[in-house]
Amino acid sequence: MVGLTPVEQRAPGQWQIATVSGVKQETPRVKSFRIELPMWMPHLPGQHYDVRLTAPDGYRAQRSYSVASSPLDEGGVELTIDRLDDGEVSPYFHDVMVEGDRVEMRGPFASYFVWRGEAPALLVGGGSGVVPLMAMLRHRRRATPELAMRLVYSVRSADDVIYADELGDDTLLTFTREMPEGWAGHTGRIDASLIAEMAADADIAFVCGSNAFVETAVGLLLETGIRPSRIRTERFGPSG
Amino acid sequence: MSGFVSRGFTGRRRTPEELADRLPPGQYSEPGFPVLTAGPTPFVDTDRWAFGINGMVGEERRLSWREFHELPFETVPCDIHCVTKWSKLGTKFGGVSVDVLLEGVDPQGAFAMAYSYGGYTTNLPLADLTGSKAWVVTEHEGEPLPQTHGGPARLLVPHLYFWKSAKWVAGLRVLDHDEPGFWEQNGYHKRGDPWREERYWSD
Repeated sequence: MVGLTPVEQRAPGQWQIATVSGVKQETPRVKSFRIELPMWMPHLPGQHYDVRLTAPDGYRAQRSYSVASSPLDEGGVELTIDRLDDGEVSPYFHDVMVEGDRVEMRGPFASYFVWRGEAPALLVGGGSGVVPLMAMLRHRRRATPELAMRLVYSVRSADDVIYADELGDDTLLTFTREMPEGWAGHTGRIDASLIAEMAADADIAFVCGSNAFVETAVGLLLETGIRPSRIRTERFGPSG
Repeated sequence: MSGFVSRGFTGRRRTPEELADRLPPGQYSEPGFPVLTAGPTPFVDTDRWAFGINGMVGEERRLSWREFHELPFETVPCDIHCVTKWSKLGTKFGGVSVDVLLEGVDPQGAFAMAYSYGGYTTNLPLADLTGSKAWVVTEHEGEPLPQTHGGPARLLVPHLYFWKSAKWVAGLRVLDHDEPGFWEQNGYHKRGDPWREERYWSD
């Protein structure tokens, strides 16, 4: 596909010591971290990295986080992390990590929930399920803006909108609990007419969010006639 | 890289000492039972369900739901380990041992591909499926296995990462060679032993 970054299928297994070069508060409970990797390699939009924290006594905790950035942002990745109060790794990122801090990472991993230039593509995200979808949207905007890709993004309230300043004409936002003052767009949960309209001629759909969100979205997508094999899902496990 | 310490990290979710030796490296204990599936959740009617054993076998076998339930049923207490880092310690499934399912089948190869309703596949050496190490289960904690967790029946291979425990399992195809299944083609390790932290291709 012309304009898409060629990505080798290789196995990137080594832990590397990466450095945080920027932190952005996206919402009251979500931050994005720009992280520079000494052995960076291009990822496919949708892939994840593993992160490992080590305490002075050797105790370790590992989690996986989706990459939010386009592989055209060379040299590092952006990870967008939801703070889970009873978690172990996400509170560390939120409460401790600042620019200049180092963190062990390895990746990018997994090659199923990835966008390889298929179009038209429909992305459906609930809450922080938008993160891997944003990597796809950002990459499409920069590499192949002529390819059709649309994002349906469901959030509870204005306080939960991640990447608020980047949601353009290709995005349909819906508020399920509380809409911002003066909001004239969609409200309520995703439903059949919304999905049918956005899915129109979609060749592939990527759905990411809580299990309940994904089940609902997939049910609606199947009603539009998209084949099950063209619906790829990623469901949140706990990733504290 | 062993000397690296994360500034200000002490670890707050440590496993109680009595459970610590049941947690493989890089895993943490999760009391819930998260659902992770790569695509739509298939619905499989037990009236139409069948479990097949085929491929390189002396005798093919195909069991209906009723025939399956006439086989010796076991309760399987186990710990399960998901490659996404959570482990569920001390859980319980109910089903039929793969040793029983293979009786009279006479496998002619040393490998198998488990295949599922919905198209999922995962590869395993027969050695990981036999010797009281693997089951086809239809119950979890004494209740019918929920559809989102692979009901009506899933494979259970608790000594390997949980993607090997194929949900909505429909059968085993015996092969004379190892062949990558779904996640094994998509970056994950061909065997997946959590105690050796075999997560990805390169591990």
